[in-house]
Amino acid sequence: MNPEPHHHITPVRTYVLVWIALIILTFVTTWVAEIDLGEWNIVVAMTIAVVKMSLVAAFFMHIKGASALTKLVCGAGLFWMAILFALTFGDYRSRAWLPLEGWW
Amino acid sequence: MAVDTNLEEIHGPELRHHFETPDQQVETSTIGMWTFLVTEIMFFSGMFAAYAIFRSLYHDAFASTSKYMDVVVGAINTAVLICSSFTMVMAVRAARLGMRNMIVLFLILTMLLGLVFLGVKAYEYHHKWVEHLVPGFNFHYEEAKYERHAAIFFFLYFMMTGMHAMHMVVGEGLLATLLVMAWRGRFTAKWNTPVDMIGLYWHFVDIIWIFLFPLLYLIGQRA
Repeated sequence: MNPEPHHHITPVRTYVLVWIALIILTFVTTWVAEIDLGEWNIVVAMTIAVVKMSLVAAFFMHIKGASALTKLVCGAGLFWMAILFALTFGDYRSRAWLPLEGWW
Repeated sequence: MAVDTNLEEIHGPELRHHFETPDQQVETSTIGMWTFLVTEIMFFSGMFAAYAIFRSLYHDAFASTSKYMDVVVGAINTAVLICSSFTMVMAVRAARLGMRNMIVLFLILTMLLGLVFLGVKAYEYHHKWVEHLVPGFNFHYEEAKYERHAAIFFFLYFMMTGMHAMHMVVGEGLLATLLVMAWRGRFTAKWNTPVDMIGLYWHFVDIIWIFLFPLLYLIGQRA
């Protein structure tokens, strides 16, 4: 007989709490969009989205309690995404610096 | 022959012969799935980057599209998808405990919520068609000065939500496969890796929508 894999069984309560938090955050992000915060609207909206993503990843996708290697692979995805955004915006944001007609 | 039978007995799906322990086998699948999800992150990142560039260039035109977006419908659909992620993780939990009936129940609930989401999405697409907001086929924008740039927004809208919806359709197929396997009692506390892996996929698709909702629906409400 083989031993069972050592799955950690998360209590249902934890999943329910995460679920409720995600629903509340959905209401909050919809509500806060009605308030004029100027440039900060997008910052607030993205912050809430990142918090929701973290909750889903940590608890529903079991990153919390995952092996260091799994966390590394997951983090590598975010790191490569950061490279994609940094290089793309580095290009677009710096184009106006060139004093050439028709470059922008 | 006796040896072969013996091997087959030892090496069921819960521990294939090339793995040392069940833990190692599960870990291998998990890292493989996450590697696939990293490629998915990069796939969607390209569209998110395109969105970010065009929104920063044509901010006012993008904000003007918000009055054609139904925020309440979008928010409800977000909640539907979050509920489906909850039922999915409950199916994964049931699978880890080897509770066949609970796996079947939660997989059916997840599939139903996914279908509700896709139904609402179809309703929204139809609405966009009626309002002449489908670039390339049927596009007419009220504010003429924003027409070209609003078309870029709606192009991105259909690309991003369309690719997301396609992932949902694939997910429904994967869930249907899991449902048949669960119904036949294939998943036990010893071996339930497919439920776990498809769960990761389903939550990933949920996360994509968590970003799409504020980016596409909540741009210009306060204006």
